[in-house]
Amino acid sequence: MASTSLHGASVGDRIYRFVTTAFALSIPLLLVLLAIEVAVAAWPALSSFGLSFLTSAEWNVVDGIYGAAPAIYGTIVSSALALIIATPLAIGVAIFLSEFAPPWLRQPVAFLVDLLAAIPSVVYGLWGVFVLVPLLRERVMPFIADRLHLGDTPFFSGPAYGPSMLAAGLILAIMVLPYISSVTREVLMAVPRSQREAALALGATRWEMIWGAVLPYASSGVLGGVILGLGRALGETMAVTMVIGNRHEISASLFSPGYTMASQIANEFSEATNDMHLSALMGVGAVLLFITLVVNMLARWLVWRVQRQGRA
Amino acid sequence: MTTTAPRRSLRARRARSAAMISLTVVAAVLATLPLVFILALLIKQGASSLNWAFFTAMPKPVGETGGGMANAMAGTLMLIAIATAIGLPVGIGAGLYLAEHRNTRFAWLVRFLSDVLNGLPSIVVGIFAWQFLVRPVKHFSALAGGIALAVMMVPLVTRATEEMIKLVPDSLREAALALGYPRWRTSLTVVLRTALPGIVTGALVAVARIAGETAPLLFTAFGNQFWSTSLTQPVSALPLQIFSYAISPYEEWHALAWAGSLVLLALILVISLIARFVTRSRFGHGHD
Repeated sequence: MASTSLHGASVGDRIYRFVTTAFALSIPLLLVLLAIEVAVAAWPALSSFGLSFLTSAEWNVVDGIYGAAPAIYGTIVSSALALIIATPLAIGVAIFLSEFAPPWLRQPVAFLVDLLAAIPSVVYGLWGVFVLVPLLRERVMPFIADRLHLGDTPFFSGPAYGPSMLAAGLILAIMVLPYISSVTREVLMAVPRSQREAALALGATRWEMIWGAVLPYASSGVLGGVILGLGRALGETMAVTMVIGNRHEISASLFSPGYTMASQIANEFSEATNDMHLSALMGVGAVLLFITLVVNMLARWLVWRVQRQGRA
Repeated sequence: MTTTAPRRSLRARRARSAAMISLTVVAAVLATLPLVFILALLIKQGASSLNWAFFTAMPKPVGETGGGMANAMAGTLMLIAIATAIGLPVGIGAGLYLAEHRNTRFAWLVRFLSDVLNGLPSIVVGIFAWQFLVRPVKHFSALAGGIALAVMMVPLVTRATEEMIKLVPDSLREAALALGYPRWRTSLTVVLRTALPGIVTGALVAVARIAGETAPLLFTAFGNQFWSTSLTQPVSALPLQIFSYAISPYEEWHALAWAGSLVLLALILVISLIARFVTRSRFGHGHD
């Protein structure tokens, strides 16, 4: 009796072990499969255009010439704009919540900021189309161009259509803010209390404590949060597609419409007329995949380093 | 900066500190403002075009007033069901593995790659699912859409399961093993059951996250103007319908897009609230 149950147990254990290992293995396999599928589909375009796929601004479906430079440029500019706007705000919120907020305010404000991450991209897009873009076109863009007299500078020149790089950057800023702020909050909380007490004991004001003792300790984690936000911004699709204007063109002006890699795929994929066009869009996807992989790995590594430091 | 600090008067330093602290307050206000604006407008615009027909009627062609998103809501529920049926077991299994083999190199790799998978752009998951599942059979399907969403769900469930199982005290596992339970039964009936509320929460958070996804569905589930419950046919979903109505030039469709957004956000918030409630009811009087 006992021996059969022991025997049964070891079979059960082996099955259990096999099944959980298989599921765990499915994650690396899935990533490899994903990378291979996208790379294989992108290969015809990448191999026939080579480096010019990354550097050429010409995207001509009729003549079959594909260069993704405007989409790559647009992705980088809109994400950079988003980070420039969102980072100071997100770090400010995180400092407020982890250091200064009274306990009764901490939970509700943290909840509200986290809620920003719960709103679907397409709902941001809807808001962008009917609120943000008209607001930019009728108020903000004329104000920047005429009142601030910046209309002659290359960054704010040209007609104010509304759908623009500026609109994409703004909406992305709102969308990545909760990610940066929640990671920053976590790493700030991981900073040991002794670090703060030491600064205060040396006569630092509360801000000097933050600036001199807390932020430097958490800096690589905060950087990780910002890069994580960058990863989100680079791949964000729906909201950007709806407000960026979808024009395949490189322009220094933030007022002019543009494209991002994600929005180009979303916009053209179902209308792709021939195999090379499809392959070129897959190529855009492959470039996006590669960039976000690198960015995410970097971010995870930085956050992981700080958290390990905080525990030790 | 550190060299000039001692030379500044205490009053100036205090003023500077107070100013910077108020700036963080300003940041907190600025960060919550967009949310308030978006929610207010969503409720105002959405509620005015929300009625019973929205939930029961099918989309109407341009020009006809009324019409609803019954098929899109059914489609969203169906896609969530497919994604959960695939993503949940895989995620829980992988999470169990990670929690039980904490420090092996392979576990570290899986943990890292699952975070990487979580950060992949949803549009890339979409074109992968198209290439892998739609292109070979040459037609869009609900199944392809559900699998694309499952890919997004797996890393979320995996990490949630792992974190929750780590919270289960070792003594519980040891007690079960000492009573002669085999490892697999200990894991499934003692450890997993103890961690269950937390895992349910993790699963619900994952569902809330995928419910609003549009990009992975664009080229997989594709959308459908008609009622469909077939796994092998294209199917509509709330986010897809909102997208196509939002970029259309018709007023009535814009109103429906607002109503659809309100319903979608309400669905996501309800799922998130249930998720919070599930953990609180069991672990309520604990550490939190």
